[in-house]
Amino acid sequence: MAAKKLNIKDKYRLLTRDLDWDFSYEDPKKAFPYEEFEGIKITDWNKWEDPFRLTMDSYWKYQAEKEKKLYAILDAFSQNNGHLNVVDPRYVNAVKIFLTGVSPLEYQAYQGFAHVGRQFSGVGARVACQMQSLDELRHVQTQIHAMSHYNKFFDGFQEFSHMHDRVWYLSVPRSFFTDARSAGPFEFMIAIGFSFEYVLTNLLFVPFMSGAAHNGDMATVTFGFSAQSDEARHMTLGLEVIKFLLEQHEDNVPIVQKWIDKWFWRGTRLLTIVAMMMDYMLPNKVMSWKEAWEVYFEEAGGALFKDLARYGITMPKYADVIEKEKEHISHQAWWTFYTHGHAAGFHTWIPSDQELDWLSEKYPDTFDKYYRPMWELAKEQEAKGERFYTSGLPQLCQTCQIPMLFTEMDNPNQNSMRDTVYQGERYHFCSDGCCDIFKEEPEKYVQAWLPVHQIFQGNCGGPEVGDILSDFYRMNVGVDNMDIKGSPDEQRWNKWKGVA
Amino acid sequence: MPVFALKPGYQGERMDRVENFGGNQIVYFGWDEHRMFCAAKAFPLPPSMPFSAVMDQILPEAFSQHPEFSQINWDTVEWMLNNEPFKPQLNVSLEAQGVDHKSMIRFKTPELKGYNGLGV
Repeated sequence: MAAKKLNIKDKYRLLTRDLDWDFSYEDPKKAFPYEEFEGIKITDWNKWEDPFRLTMDSYWKYQAEKEKKLYAILDAFSQNNGHLNVVDPRYVNAVKIFLTGVSPLEYQAYQGFAHVGRQFSGVGARVACQMQSLDELRHVQTQIHAMSHYNKFFDGFQEFSHMHDRVWYLSVPRSFFTDARSAGPFEFMIAIGFSFEYVLTNLLFVPFMSGAAHNGDMATVTFGFSAQSDEARHMTLGLEVIKFLLEQHEDNVPIVQKWIDKWFWRGTRLLTIVAMMMDYMLPNKVMSWKEAWEVYFEEAGGALFKDLARYGITMPKYADVIEKEKEHISHQAWWTFYTHGHAAGFHTWIPSDQELDWLSEKYPDTFDKYYRPMWELAKEQEAKGERFYTSGLPQLCQTCQIPMLFTEMDNPNQNSMRDTVYQGERYHFCSDGCCDIFKEEPEKYVQAWLPVHQIFQGNCGGPEVGDILSDFYRMNVGVDNMDIKGSPDEQRWNKWKGVA
Repeated sequence: MPVFALKPGYQGERMDRVENFGGNQIVYFGWDEHRMFCAAKAFPLPPSMPFSAVMDQILPEAFSQHPEFSQINWDTVEWMLNNEPFKPQLNVSLEAQGVDHKSMIRFKTPELKGYNGLGV
């Protein structure tokens, strides 16, 4: 008689319970040394319910099907010169930021979940983290593969992996993940699994991928949809983790709240770059950053935090500040890159008159008052043949590492600056949020590798900025960067399209 | 709690100690309500540098790209050093007038409010 086939529920039970073993002669605390130092109390790992009950064989089957479809579409994109279908060469600069700034984070997520997938003594959580780790590795691979087509025709893609560890603005996403990965396993899960993936990545994947579709970039749309189908599972894991921690012990509640506060702030600072991509880098715009924030955070996130209120969890600290900042951050970020366009790995530009009007319409209370004048000044300078590239190097925030470009919400003309002295040394911050994070764990953030200070310490080559860009960052100065006007990218595009 | 770490008493390495800057110290300069410059600017300067050199070299390097820079009336400029009112003394070194490593010097120009008076 043939062996009885197991149903999925039994398969999952055998994978996640029966495959584990009890420690009869070793101290479990030595086997799982990271499980307790954060102060989290787990009373019963058996209460863990995996939201998807995924087993290895079903995982391979689903993912293999997805890969097959994805690569068929990418091949077709490549064979049909899909790059010529994007609406405007300016758009491709958003893809450059995605490849240099976002895809390496998928790799960091892969490493982080692989680590956490070893550190929990509860086997259900371990298996779920291992599956997510594999997803993240697949995401970085498919993104690199999708974008490699653009690398054949546009500048600025060639050294993304080298640049991740070195370039000044890439220290922002890099430090976000190294902060999470050097925390304990539970903080990592709240940082990445909950705060970033559950609360914030919708803002990256949904509106930005729609943006790719609106701008003719089917390669990005394809990997976006493929990744998004995994994200649903990741988000559910993030939510499961937080509910599990809150239900296990009441002492966990204040610790989890502190992590939510911290990672909400760090996450929204990181998403500044997405705000800028949506409002300024998509030639065909889908929705403004402000609208996206209202839909995906204020409405969806608001409902989530209402749901978590029964555990004693409140809205993240400084959500009220962020609610005001939604009017400002995209403009402040693009101005920063425009004025540092000589030191970026992509092209920048002054928005067209039509785009300036769209911004006025989307930001009626702030754009004309605070930001249109910047572009009027930039236009004047450009007309004089003095396209504005700022001199010198900016002050950076010790925590988020972003140049201190944000302003006070009660006086948006004044930069927001905070500082504190720790053990005789002064540290500077862009906000109360970043200052609080430092004060909570100063010994962690005194180690921040701040690119501007590293340049001044002589650790990045130089001394001239041009040498740092070419030798240390490996940018092709004057080709990968500067204004889109007159760039080789623009010249090639005009030739392909038969435009003089 | 200075850090949550597996090892009790763990200490991080202070990456930006003044000894790491080859005899210089970092000083930040910011021109209030002039957002043409997205952030304050950082400079590595010898502690013995007199403030006159800041006026003659550093501030022009940092801010002269602004169309209002040449119109600044330096007699009415209001200075702040690390959030306290400050009166720079031209012939005194940075160190001797309390400008130490990672100090922040900000100035306000009461007559000049940025491009078209709009804080840019």
